[in-house]
Amino acid sequence: MRRFSPKLAAAAVLGCAVGLGVGGPASAQERGGILNFVVAGKIPSYDGHQETTFAVIHPLAPLYSLLIRVNPENPQSPTDFVCDLCEGDVPKGEKGGTEFTFKIRQGVKFADGTPLTSADIKATYDKIIFPPEGVPSARKAFFRMVESVEAPDPTTVVFKLKFPSGAFMPAVANPYNWIYSKKDLDTHGYEWHKKNINGSGPFIFVQEQPGSFLEAKRNPNYHHPGQPYLDGYKAIQAPKMAVRLQAIRGDRAAIEFRGFPPKARDDLVAALGDKITVQESDWNCALFATPNQKREPFNDPRIRQALTLPLDRWGGSKYLSEIAIVKTVGGIVFPNHPLAASKQELQQIAGYWPDLKKSQARAKALLEQAGHPGLKFELNNRGVDQPYKVVGTWLIDQWARAGMNVTQRVQPTPPFYATLRKKKDFDVSLDFNCQSVVNPIADITKFLGSAGNNYGSYEDQVLEDTYDQLLRTGDEAGQRKLIRQFEKRALDEMAHMAITLWWYKINPHRSYVKGWKIAPSHYLNQQLDNIWLDKSLM
Amino acid sequence: MYKYILKRLLLAIPTLFGAAVLVFLLLRMVPGDVCEVRLAGSGLYADPAEIELCREQLGLNEPMLAQFWAFISGYFTWDLGNSMWTGKPITYEIGLRFQLSLQVAIMATLVAIAIAIPLGIISAVKQDTWIDYVVRAFSIAGIAIPSFWLGIMIILGLLISTQYFFGDPWMPPIDYVSPFEDPWRNMSQLIWPAVATGYRYSAVATRMTRSALLEVLREDYVRTARSKGLMERVIINRHALKNALLPVVTIIAIEFAFLIGGLVVTEQVFNLNGLGKLFVEAVDAQDFNLTQQLVMLVVLIFVLTNLVVDIFYAWLDPRIRYS
Repeated sequence: MRRFSPKLAAAAVLGCAVGLGVGGPASAQERGGILNFVVAGKIPSYDGHQETTFAVIHPLAPLYSLLIRVNPENPQSPTDFVCDLCEGDVPKGEKGGTEFTFKIRQGVKFADGTPLTSADIKATYDKIIFPPEGVPSARKAFFRMVESVEAPDPTTVVFKLKFPSGAFMPAVANPYNWIYSKKDLDTHGYEWHKKNINGSGPFIFVQEQPGSFLEAKRNPNYHHPGQPYLDGYKAIQAPKMAVRLQAIRGDRAAIEFRGFPPKARDDLVAALGDKITVQESDWNCALFATPNQKREPFNDPRIRQALTLPLDRWGGSKYLSEIAIVKTVGGIVFPNHPLAASKQELQQIAGYWPDLKKSQARAKALLEQAGHPGLKFELNNRGVDQPYKVVGTWLIDQWARAGMNVTQRVQPTPPFYATLRKKKDFDVSLDFNCQSVVNPIADITKFLGSAGNNYGSYEDQVLEDTYDQLLRTGDEAGQRKLIRQFEKRALDEMAHMAITLWWYKINPHRSYVKGWKIAPSHYLNQQLDNIWLDKSLM
Repeated sequence: MYKYILKRLLLAIPTLFGAAVLVFLLLRMVPGDVCEVRLAGSGLYADPAEIELCREQLGLNEPMLAQFWAFISGYFTWDLGNSMWTGKPITYEIGLRFQLSLQVAIMATLVAIAIAIPLGIISAVKQDTWIDYVVRAFSIAGIAIPSFWLGIMIILGLLISTQYFFGDPWMPPIDYVSPFEDPWRNMSQLIWPAVATGYRYSAVATRMTRSALLEVLREDYVRTARSKGLMERVIINRHALKNALLPVVTIIAIEFAFLIGGLVVTEQVFNLNGLGKLFVEAVDAQDFNLTQQLVMLVVLIFVLTNLVVDIFYAWLDPRIRYS
């Protein structure tokens, strides 16, 4: 008779436990299927480094990898970045926050089989940050703090900064920073990527029918094990919102990543019930009323304060959010960010006071003092319903309650931009700031008179100096303090621009689409590697 | 006849040149350009230096005459230039969409003919009866109802009715597949815009067929044919219809020319990747090159269609001779 051995028994039990548990927690994801989605724009070129439209991100981002990205499992967090091509945790920075060393994954390959090394990452970021003369790079200004990018060995990339900056890491996580092969850049030049694709993303390009759709298939060598779950996807171009809505209703497409207005969501839910899932989020976009300070009387801060004071932002948030893609009341920083003003802090700023009647009375008094009671002017607006025309109409109503007489000049997009940017022949214009990664220190440059996308025609050295300090402040507490000063000056004391409401993203989609989590921007979390299709719901 | 054809072709040249000048100037009178739309249009930060570089690369800073010469000289070398938005050759962009637009135009024409000719004949033969009134009401509705609205109603009707009867809503495909690749899918997408457009198209042709046939049926030779004892069916099919169809052919041909590139709104409604949608996108994006070439294409089609119709007219009616 064999003796019973406790050790052997324990080992057997342990072995069973390990055997059962070796796959980790039971995974609900199913593999397979083609995701059809609609995109509201046309692809201009394939080069993400020089384009700015989401019509490039939605169909093409899944074909490329990034060095770091927003966490696909937690895209709502503005500070949760994870490694994509790098390994381990995102580095915190050494040498007082002026040096960041990334260890690069091994075994990653581009679609053409070329191994990916740190040289490719260096070549990519050199193209983005230090492009040769004549080579466009839409976001090089985000990297002003970078001194150099080095690749001391095939698995290490080092970014050296001129000064520590809280804007650096969000800039690196920008969804347009697709990693290109150095070999392609050296062999084919800097124009090649406009018409060609060779990425290391979860999917591989199959074909594009320009104006119609783009198709891709799973990359079997993707560096995140087990992903992607989809066999492929088809990005169908559909400029009209009604078509995109009908496509989801008729199951010609499962999802649209930009967003729909509230009524569209309600119609889909009414038609399809639980076959539709709705995800909603604050959106990293805001509309401003920008006075032209080269025109009288908008060069008078009292007049500009009178424009922001009577806007019922708290009330407007409730009723405008029922008809438009706007909702949240916020200051200059994206509302959910740690650097954003709290409600109490906001209520100290002109235009955010809780007492609306007091605000309206103050606005009227300022107009009187400035010699312009019943001020009459024209608002330049963009001929797009959501949310421009809705918010523009609301603004006119709000100003009327303070005795102002305002008309609207609504123009199609190209002449609207010509008025705003080139000719600058407007009194007050609706203006906007839409960003991808929530990067407050970069995003608030909009308020600087020296910024290329500031159309108020003013100079404010106090703001410039405050910003310069902010750019060089590495700790969050110091950044928060400086941002409050910046905000007070920009929105209250000088009232350079009046923020209306932050946008609100509404994404109704077919319930069988799983894994995708809404981000605060339609540019983020678009690599589709964690999306899967629940066939039981199809 | 050959002299006539040559003369018409030569006359087309100043027509095309005039159209070229007009479209070139009109486009540049609208403020804004493709670089602004492309780099600043989405609201993200747009570096002014990048926008300026874009303008340089696209030749937008060149003098107007130089830009016009680049536009016109392309016709001599068959280089229509590149789209300012995509950078792809315009011949490629247009060629890709031409197949779909041509198919929709042919299908809509066939639908129109299939509806218009029989209804027009019935309406004329049964003049002032309830059949005539029904047909006339049907054709007036076709003229009054915009084809894009009808298209929207068709899609909504399909979604609602299929959900009601089958539990799941269905709508036509929104991405194009060639009929040689998947004829069933191709038909299931294009039959609806063909019907929506063809109905409106047939309405005009129905009324023209009816009035032309009524006029011919009152001619002396038709009265002679009747008094000879010929059957009414033979009189209509063999004698009257051929003469009545002359103006109908003109209408159908001109409408066909319009369908190539003219179905701007219908293509948007059905998300058809045709020339009409390309037109809208080009104008939206301030893509001067592409918009110019599309306008010239439409002008050329109209000029050639008119010529073909005139020649066809002469062939159909021996009384007509061009000198």
